[in-house]
Amino acid sequence: MTLTAISRRRLLKVGAAGLAASALPFGIARAQTNVVLGIVYVGPKDDFGWNQAHAVSVESLKALPGITVVEEENVPETDAVSKSMESMINLDGANLILATSFGYYNPFVVELAKKYPDVTFRHAAPLWNKDKDPANAGSYFPYLNQAHYVNGVAAGLSSGGKIGFVAAKPIPSVLSNINSVLLGARSVNPNATVQVIFTGEWSLPVREAEATNALVDAGCEVITCHVDSPKVVIETAEGRGVKTAGHNASQAPLAPKGFITGAEYKWETIYKSYADDIAAGKTPPNFLVGGYNNDMLRNTPYGAGATPEAIAAADAAIAALVAGAPIYKGTLKDNAGNVVVDKDYDNYDPYLDGMNWLLEGVQGSIT
Amino acid sequence: MDNALVTVLIAMLGGAIRVSTPFMFVALGETLTEKSGRINLGLEGNLVLGAMVAYAVSYLSGNAWLGVLAAGGSGLCLGALHGYICKLPRVNDIAVGIAMMSFGTGLAFFFGKPFIQPSAPRLDAIPLGDWTGNPALAQALQVNPLFFVGIALAVFMFWAFRNTRWGLIVRMTGDSAASAKAMGVSVDLVRFLATAAGGFLAGIGGAFLSLYYPGSWNQGLSSGQGLMAVALVIFARWDPIKCIFAALLFGAAGALGPSLQSIGISQGYYFFNAAPYILTLIIMIISAGSKASARDVPGELSITK
Repeated sequence: MTLTAISRRRLLKVGAAGLAASALPFGIARAQTNVVLGIVYVGPKDDFGWNQAHAVSVESLKALPGITVVEEENVPETDAVSKSMESMINLDGANLILATSFGYYNPFVVELAKKYPDVTFRHAAPLWNKDKDPANAGSYFPYLNQAHYVNGVAAGLSSGGKIGFVAAKPIPSVLSNINSVLLGARSVNPNATVQVIFTGEWSLPVREAEATNALVDAGCEVITCHVDSPKVVIETAEGRGVKTAGHNASQAPLAPKGFITGAEYKWETIYKSYADDIAAGKTPPNFLVGGYNNDMLRNTPYGAGATPEAIAAADAAIAALVAGAPIYKGTLKDNAGNVVVDKDYDNYDPYLDGMNWLLEGVQGSIT
Repeated sequence: MDNALVTVLIAMLGGAIRVSTPFMFVALGETLTEKSGRINLGLEGNLVLGAMVAYAVSYLSGNAWLGVLAAGGSGLCLGALHGYICKLPRVNDIAVGIAMMSFGTGLAFFFGKPFIQPSAPRLDAIPLGDWTGNPALAQALQVNPLFFVGIALAVFMFWAFRNTRWGLIVRMTGDSAASAKAMGVSVDLVRFLATAAGGFLAGIGGAFLSLYYPGSWNQGLSSGQGLMAVALVIFARWDPIKCIFAALLFGAAGALGPSLQSIGISQGYYFFNAAPYILTLIIMIISAGSKASARDVPGELSITK
């Protein structure tokens, strides 16, 4: 371990000695560049949620030849992340940095990308701006709402159609997940409803448990959520004897009786493509979004809570999404009665990125 | 609307019972410490460390109650450390408390890593509401034994402060160290014991968080509840019985935000989620305004020096 670190450091010195060295991989036909992937997480990497989804994906890369992974968890969205990333670059020789939390981007990733133009930086939220930000930075972001749509289909047929949703903050990606659960459930059960409770914070275990209890008391038969770590929500719902649908990573082991399925990211598709590009001496795409149609999402294997009809319908919904079927199909009204979707929108239409409404059928308010 | 009102009231009752216990234990522990004339701001650290230790011990031993005891033990150690350091000359107990808070949470995060994933055996609840035939009410009346332990403890402390020699010694050290010394009481020893015992109680509060409600260990578990509980002591005017009411009120107010959203009053949830803090502020302003309340403050507390 120490030996390789030293040799990498020596490599870096060579690189620093001649400025032209940065152009070397492009100029000379080299077969392979070793990829040293540095990844920073905002929380613990076994949180049953967002961080775990990333960690599971890089874990699968570790077995591949030519890839070294350097990880650091619990890095706050402060100056600390700059220090973490910088030490990965200088001490470990990282040439690909993955910053996985929203607040890492500006100013930390942007500033560091300017300082280290040879290193590729990628950030997990659609924030990279072609005109303003450095060319060696970039964004990647799968549209998880497609997998939440599948959750909705399975939940709609595994219950009477009353779904509860514990949400953190009313930002567009959260709202889109809520609306997609509703549209999925309505596609198989026209009377389905989604009741949402916002906790106001990404991680607040006691209030998440309170919200789950309140939704179950209000008669919800399936509970799903969009919070950083869904463990508390899923366990509380399972304890109350209702069914659950997951978010971010697999929560199936937490709910042996009532788990239906869950919306999961498949980050390894993205990370593998980045590593392949760098190994081949190419620049990975600066802006990478996707969903079921390009293998960036998956649904957790069905649990005991999913009925056979639900499984069949959910599999069909996944097949349709893989083929690019739109989720938001006009005409749809929001829950205040205004028409918000007047035509069929492609699943990646920029209009949907600015979502600030909850559809009719969702009980809840974003303010 | 009547039905909805009942839903909210039941949710607040349930919230008061479910959420209040950790506040209760930390507040009682802090009351004991402050009655002896010392402030331990570090109980947030005891709470988090207690939560971690309880979860870990429960997972490794398979016995949740053993976890509760271990959590108390870890709190006792932290409290004793605080008590010992503050005994040294020219040491400020508030500064030490803040250091202990970081120390306790840091220790818990460090050793708690392997216990985020696994599911540990949890504490059982006593179903007191099954006779009502109302599932929501039955759920609200699922009460954990620690809740009753907390209430019994508060009554005992209230009685002991007034009626036992030990209680009088603690109060005397808190009100006037000089008199205590004149009586031949070791002020440092009394404060050391009171801080350690207070730490023990805060650790138990942590066990409730990780083993009952919300019932799992992760690093965001407490989110400042230990700090709020220390503030509740001032709010409760150093009276154990009032600590119980303050904790219940705080729990009930905390349930307000989610339950209002569940009945369809979803506008302004940020405001309702802040209800416990707003309520605390208002009551503090009202109660601190009266002259009588100034008498409740233990005379040796360093805020009054």
